[in-house]
Amino acid sequence: MAELQTRTEPVITVKNMVKKFGGFVANDNLNFEVFKGEIFGFLGANGAGKTTAIKILSGLSIPTSGEIKVAGFDVYTQTELIKRNIGYMSQKFSLYEDLTIKENFRFYAGVYRVPQKEIMPRMMDALAEVGLIKYKDRLISDLPLGWKQKLAFSIATFHNPGIVFLDEPTSGVDPVARRNFWEQIFKTVQKGTTVFVTTHYMDEAEYCNRVSIMDKGKIVALNSPNMLKAAYKVDNMFDLFLKIVR
Amino acid sequence: MNRFKAFVIKEFRHLIRDPRTVFVLFAIPVIQLLLFGFVISTEIKDAKIAILDFSRDDLSEGLVNKILASDYFILETELSNINQIEQAFRSGQVKEVLVIENNFGRNIVHDGAGAVQIITDASDPNIASLLDSYTRNIILDYQQEISNKTQAASTIIDVEYRMFYNEELKSAHLFVPGTMALILMLVCALMTSVSIAREKELGTMEILLVSPLRPLQIVLGKVVPYMVLSFIDMLVIIVIGHFVFGVPVRGATSLLIGTGTLFILLALTLGVMISTISKTQQIAMMISLVGMMLPTVLLSGFIFPLKNMPVVLQAVSLAMPPRWFLQAVKDVMLKGAGIAQIWHYLAIMFGMLLFFIMVSVKKFKIRLD
Repeated sequence: MAELQTRTEPVITVKNMVKKFGGFVANDNLNFEVFKGEIFGFLGANGAGKTTAIKILSGLSIPTSGEIKVAGFDVYTQTELIKRNIGYMSQKFSLYEDLTIKENFRFYAGVYRVPQKEIMPRMMDALAEVGLIKYKDRLISDLPLGWKQKLAFSIATFHNPGIVFLDEPTSGVDPVARRNFWEQIFKTVQKGTTVFVTTHYMDEAEYCNRVSIMDKGKIVALNSPNMLKAAYKVDNMFDLFLKIVR
Repeated sequence: MNRFKAFVIKEFRHLIRDPRTVFVLFAIPVIQLLLFGFVISTEIKDAKIAILDFSRDDLSEGLVNKILASDYFILETELSNINQIEQAFRSGQVKEVLVIENNFGRNIVHDGAGAVQIITDASDPNIASLLDSYTRNIILDYQQEISNKTQAASTIIDVEYRMFYNEELKSAHLFVPGTMALILMLVCALMTSVSIAREKELGTMEILLVSPLRPLQIVLGKVVPYMVLSFIDMLVIIVIGHFVFGVPVRGATSLLIGTGTLFILLALTLGVMISTISKTQQIAMMISLVGMMLPTVLLSGFIFPLKNMPVVLQAVSLAMPPRWFLQAVKDVMLKGAGIAQIWHYLAIMFGMLLFFIMVSVKKFKIRLD
């Protein structure tokens, strides 16, 4: 992927973010920025504090201290505004299994207040992009996992959010589906959307413009994949990860 | 509002997609009512009876013979004094004791009036009331016979009736309010808690919480469809109870429906509360069934009279919402009570409602953090 692109304005700013649960420090003084239109990889072992950070950034949880802005809004006081301006996709590709593709789109369109007139044409565009137009009246439960994944992403970005959070969006699908899914991500980024993604697949980390690696609540590395590999003198992200997270 | 509408539409879509569940939700109350209704009105044959005949004359023996000749009764034992009555019932065999006064025959011949007493074991009130009415009919018949034979202008046999163990015959028509409590608990508490737990299990709750929907909108959106369903269920039960089984609605219909609505709200809040503590549908179902349905059946006075329970269980039953609902509905339907007579039951239910709402809101917030 591209090296450090010309820096645009930051859409996520995190300064001295701390989150404590009692005596346990889940996020220990995090500092980073995410820029408009980039794919930001958020890596780290399980329990490193990724989920806690994502919860704060998506307005679900209030940090203990720190100065954090998402899409220009404050995470302490403007969580409602943050929620309206972000998209979120979880590792479960959470769609309603007993509803059709169309009904799922309509529901989320309603929740994000997409204007009534625009829903159908935009849905058709989104379905055309993933090649599922003729299945729009199928129940989600009848679809293969790879399709659900694509649909979950289409729905997470349906209201054109400035930022979309992807929490392990490729877990459990085959390599071909994973590759296809990343194509879908690249297309979305070209439209100016910022992608904030967590993953455990190190080949996917290579697709990111920049990655941060968390360990025990701290960010221990943050740069483009190539710069990081050079700095740590390794050939691939997998070795890098092992070297850093020990 | 728009968001909320989208959410409620989605909830109704879930219901439509699952017509079997909806069917079951309407079929259960009907089937249950029919079962209770018909089981209760089943005829009784060969009930064991004891006779205490102080008179032992032709007319009294004639009455005894007539009663024993019917299909309904067989003689278990003849008693000789009043003290044996209690014993006869205690043995569990005898369902009814017929007491004939001293000089029964003579009184009828001289005064045109004799007296008998029917005592039934009303620990099973339905059987007791049936046996009573059988016996009365036979006595009426006999009274007619004697009138014809003696050519007297009129003969009156004065029947005095007493029930043992349950003097007011309390649960005669109780199956309608009881079914109502059970079904409303099922639809409201169980279905609501399962439906919220399902969102958690499937991970869609995460998406909902990240979305601009407010937690309160999510909870209300979950509750609305089941409120509609249970309201219809309540009406169905009242209508069937009234028109098929002749259970009276002596009080104001509006008060009855108002009481039902209060209970529906209470049960829905319970459902929400259960869902805040259960992560999966299975857990939600278990808690609802064991924690809600069983107490509704056992500790509300629906099937087992509260009076006969150990004090500890009676105390526990005070905390059961269905108990108060049952009491209020019973009084409105069967006794024709107005709001002045049942306001304290309603007040208790309202207090419980506020309490459960407070707990749920608190739990919901904690979980979000």
